[in-house]
Amino acid sequence: MTIDVIVFFIPAAIAVLAAMATVTSRNAVHAALFLVINCSAIAVLYLVLNAPFLALAQVAVFVGAIMVLFLFVIVLLDTNRRTPPSGTPGRKGKLDWQSPVAVLLAWVLLAEWSYLLLERLQRKPEFPQALADSSPRGFGEALFGRYLLPFEVTSVILLAAMIGAIVLTLTKTARRPFGKEKDQ
Amino acid sequence: MITVTHYVSLSAAMFIIGAVGVLIRRNAILMFMSVELMLNAANLVFVAFARHHDHLDGQVIAFLVMTVCTAQAAVGLALIVTVFKTRRDVDIDEINSMKE
Repeated sequence: MTIDVIVFFIPAAIAVLAAMATVTSRNAVHAALFLVINCSAIAVLYLVLNAPFLALAQVAVFVGAIMVLFLFVIVLLDTNRRTPPSGTPGRKGKLDWQSPVAVLLAWVLLAEWSYLLLERLQRKPEFPQALADSSPRGFGEALFGRYLLPFEVTSVILLAAMIGAIVLTLTKTARRPFGKEKDQ
Repeated sequence: MITVTHYVSLSAAMFIIGAVGVLIRRNAILMFMSVELMLNAANLVFVAFARHHDHLDGQVIAFLVMTVCTAQAAVGLALIVTVFKTRRDVDIDEINSMKE
């Protein structure tokens, strides 16, 4: 067993198990923490795939920003108590024909995956020995060279998302002019 | 020997798990987490093929997908908070007022 097999299969197993735990755990906080484990395992795979900048961006963005936001919203809304588990009365008859269709589609996806795994694994297209310059310098040259326009577009997207999040969660009290808060 | 197919298989498995999560969970926050899982799986394929072709384009696309993912999480969680403020619930089955 060579080293690349080890550094692939251990993070891959961790990622898959954490993903399954994310979608099956009852507690939303536990699901968020399992998703943190999943994102960290994928960051390790990025390192193996010669993408060190993306690995660290994955840790900083997903684990540092997005999951903290998720955990904050989960704690703020306290959804664990409010969402009753499945099987509670009053839930039957809502998704009577959708559930079999969902199961069928899941099996179709699984069949496609098995086909891919069994058919394509025999061809063995190996990774090239040469490594592209994926240091922050090389990555930045690609990002600010050929991909300058998409990069600028993402800045507009992030600005729109920021303004949208502020507008959506703005409350009436925040709209009052300054100096009037003390009167109420 | 680990090839790009292993990474595509792993990504497909994670995508399936995320899709099943979107289908079976009724908590809106957990559905968003499953969507994040699927975006992560797509990103992994981009990076794996960037390695396979020894080119940085896939990594740049993965980076752009990551920013879009951030925007989606921010707006989505803001929407969930807004829905929670009006309905006191984030159960997807209960949010059906546009149907009536």
